Amino acid sequence: MNLEYFQLIDRITAIDLAQRTIAVEADVPQTGTIFEGHFPGRPLMPGVLLIEAMAQTSGWLLIAMMNIQRMPFLAAVKEAKMRSFVPPGEKLAITARLVHEGSGFAMTSAEISIGGKKTCNATLTFSHVPFPNEEFRQHMIVVAKRVGLPHLSTAHD
Amino acid sequence: MSTFDQVANIIAETCDIPRDTIKPESHAIDDLGIDSLDFLDIAFAIDKAFGIKLPLEKWTQEVNDGKATTEQYFVLSNLSARIDELVAAKGA
Repeated sequence: MNLEYFQLIDRITAIDLAQRTIAVEADVPQTGTIFEGHFPGRPLMPGVLLIEAMAQTSGWLLIAMMNIQRMPFLAAVKEAKMRSFVPPGEKLAITARLVHEGSGFAMTSAEISIGGKKTCNATLTFSHVPFPNEEFRQHMIVVAKRVGLPHLSTAHD
Repeated sequence: MSTFDQVANIIAETCDIPRDTIKPESHAIDDLGIDSLDFLDIAFAIDKAFGIKLPLEKWTQEVNDGKATTEQYFVLSNLSARIDELVAAKGA
C-alpha cells in the first residue's frame, strides 16, 4: 500500500471471471504522514481509504472483465460499514463480487477482512467508459502488472 | 400491474418522489428532476425487475449524436414501451 500515490492494494491473489469475484491483499503501512493527523496518539486507517481500497479491488475485477478496454469510475457508495478500527501494520484481505452488470455501469459488493474477521463492507456503483486516451490505458496496464492482474495476455497491449 | 406502474413504483421508491406525481407523460429528467446517477439506481431496479439490460449507453449516444431525443427514452410512457420491447425481444 502506498498511501501517497493512492495505491491501496498490493496484489491480486485470486480472480474468477466466471464467478465474477476477486480477492486481493493490502498491507497497511506502519508509518505515513496520514497517520500523523489521523490521529495523533491513535493512528488509524481512515474509513474513506478503506472504502477506496474496496473500490480499487472492485475496479480491477471490472477492468479484467472488460479486457482492459474500459475504465470504471466510482459513482456511489451504499451501506458502507466500518466495523472495527484498522491501525497501521494490518494485513487486509479484500474481496469483491459483481452484483449487477448494467449498460455503462456496474455494481459490486465488497468486503475487507482482517484475520478472517469482517472489518468493512459496502455496495459500490461504478460508471465505466472507454479509456479516454491510450496513455491512461497503458498506465493502468503497468499498474495491472504490478498488482498481478493475470488477464493481460488478451489485453492487446 | 402495467409496465408503467412498475416503473413509476421503482422511481418513487428509488428517488423518494411521491408516487402520485409520476405520470405516463412525466419526463424523468425534465419533470421529475432525476439525474444520471439516480437513473443508474432506477436502471438497476428495472434490469432486475424485468430481466433485461436497459441500453443506456446506446440511448445516450443516440441523443448526443442528435439521432434521438430524450423524450423518446425518458418520458415514462415511452420508457415503458421500450421496456416492453426489450422484454419481448428477450422472449423471442
